[in-house]
Amino acid sequence: MLLIEELAVEVGGKPILKNVNMEIPKGETHILFGPNGSGKTSLLMTIMGFGGYVVTRGRIVFKGEDITRMPIYERARLGVGISFQRPPTINGLKTRSIVEICARGREIDVEKLSEKLNFKNFLDRDVNHNFSGGEIKRSELLQLMAQQPDLVLLDEPESGVDLESIVLLGETINTLLGRGLSQPTVLPHKDVIASRAKSALVITHTGHILDYITADKGHVLYNGRVRCSRNAREILKWIREYGYEECVKCTI
Amino acid sequence: MHDIDRTKDVNLENYQTDAENHQYVEELTTIDETDARQFLDVGVDTRKSGRSGTFIQMDKSVIHCQSCAEGVEVMGISQAREKYEWLSDYMWKSVSPEVDKFTTLAARSAHEGYFIRSRAGVVVEAPVQACLYIAKEGFAQSVHNIVIAEPGSTLHIITGCATSPHLVSGLHVGISEFYVQKGAKLIFTMIHDWGEKVNVRPRTVTHVEEGGVIISNYISLGPVGSLQMYPTTYLDGRGAVARYNSVLVAGKGAHLDVGSRVVLNAPETRAEIISRSVTSGGTIIARGDLVGKVAGIKAHLECKGLILNDGLMKAVPELEGHVPDVEMSHEAAVGRINRDEIEYLMARGLDEESAVSTIVRGFLNVDIEGLPANLREKLDQAILKTQESIV
Repeated sequence: MLLIEELAVEVGGKPILKNVNMEIPKGETHILFGPNGSGKTSLLMTIMGFGGYVVTRGRIVFKGEDITRMPIYERARLGVGISFQRPPTINGLKTRSIVEICARGREIDVEKLSEKLNFKNFLDRDVNHNFSGGEIKRSELLQLMAQQPDLVLLDEPESGVDLESIVLLGETINTLLGRGLSQPTVLPHKDVIASRAKSALVITHTGHILDYITADKGHVLYNGRVRCSRNAREILKWIREYGYEECVKCTI
Repeated sequence: MHDIDRTKDVNLENYQTDAENHQYVEELTTIDETDARQFLDVGVDTRKSGRSGTFIQMDKSVIHCQSCAEGVEVMGISQAREKYEWLSDYMWKSVSPEVDKFTTLAARSAHEGYFIRSRAGVVVEAPVQACLYIAKEGFAQSVHNIVIAEPGSTLHIITGCATSPHLVSGLHVGISEFYVQKGAKLIFTMIHDWGEKVNVRPRTVTHVEEGGVIISNYISLGPVGSLQMYPTTYLDGRGAVARYNSVLVAGKGAHLDVGSRVVLNAPETRAEIISRSVTSGGTIIARGDLVGKVAGIKAHLECKGLILNDGLMKAVPELEGHVPDVEMSHEAAVGRINRDEIEYLMARGLDEESAVSTIVRGFLNVDIEGLPANLREKLDQAILKTQESIV
């Protein structure tokens, strides 16, 4: 699904990502760990194609297509979707409208989708205007639910969210990724996963989100390089116990 | 490249102050289709659906005038002056003929204008529609309008000003004196759609008595040669309220110098001025002036402008407090669209052009009170159309 090879990225002339290699197969959820400033958010922004993230080396391949130089909206249409940490306010644009924009003409029930996220009351408010941290998360997930991307990029979905909401967010993310248990089906489990599962790359700082979503693999980004790729929970245990510096020692 | 001051450009000698008479039209449905479409674009519906009255003036002739609501009077100003001698007490009381050459012109040779009055206690939700239309090439149309909202009444007015599609040059001067009496509410929406070389000089003064409310909306999205206006509202009675919204778009060659001034003369009065403007090759000077004369008033001014591609935008917010206990603030911003906003929408699948137009549409989308639903749609469409020509 997503293949990143020897990726180097500069922001404002400063190298941020030095050498990133990563592969996320179809249907897998990968977790991205790393200390502050290690380049986690920059990696997500580069995959989405935002201005200011200049790829100086390497390439990004999505669904077999080299998207390294592709404009943002083409990546979005190809199936890459992102939830923003601090999205901009768009005055005069109603949340309902942006959800419809995300659906790109597909038939969706905005009311029903927003109800599931407890977000119905916000549909007629301007996008992100005076939204709290938790409201932003729900707004972002609502948009992604409408967008139905095949690769979901989530930047710290649990930050600034209270414990009660984190359950709801976790469930929504599972539904979004086609891995929820609440989906009634007559098909055997493996078939459900095969047909619906989306790929995801999730940044987490605290690891709390791992209690709610299923992670297939984890990566540690340290100083612009992927230093470790293995079971996500194992990585989290090591980081909690010994810190990042010890954790990345195994690759030195 | 873009000049700030082009208001001196208008030479009255270039215009004719007389025009042929147009015949009175009994049935509006018989109006020429091209003209009817122009009317509709500025909110005037020839089917008169959902309207409490209609006034249409073409060049110097009142071609249609009717009131269809109890307690609402609509007539041409000369007819009204014949009918009501006391009307002279209201004319040239707020605006002086000596203000400038345009007011002088209107004092010397006014071509009609409307008289609209809501009688005391009458509350009418459906708006009265008034249309001032220039059909004659090179004509200087000068009108004098009087609106009186009597105590406790509620009156909505939509004024649409337009020109026939083929018209190149024209001048419109409009003297308007509005009187919002005790506890009355006037919602006045003005939509302009002029020709590319038409010069427009409205001169408006409003007086609001105790507990009265004036809501004034001004929308100009189409081309215009030059437009200069600075309507002034005096809040004379305790608790009077004024709210001004303006939505301006200046395309290539357009010059808009538009502001609102509110003088808060009485305790507990409130004023709010909100202006949103977009320039793409034109010039916009967005002014706002709040004058707090007594203690215990509250006033806010918001002036936001976007420059797309090129153009000139000048925001001039002014606050004037005459005593210590006034609460006045302003917020002004001029610039281009935030790149983050464009990319945010692009990440949702919109190409750059659509992202920009979506943001501009949102920017211009101020919640305008008193705008009938069909006019709201019209405004959305007009903004969309403007967008296509801008981007």
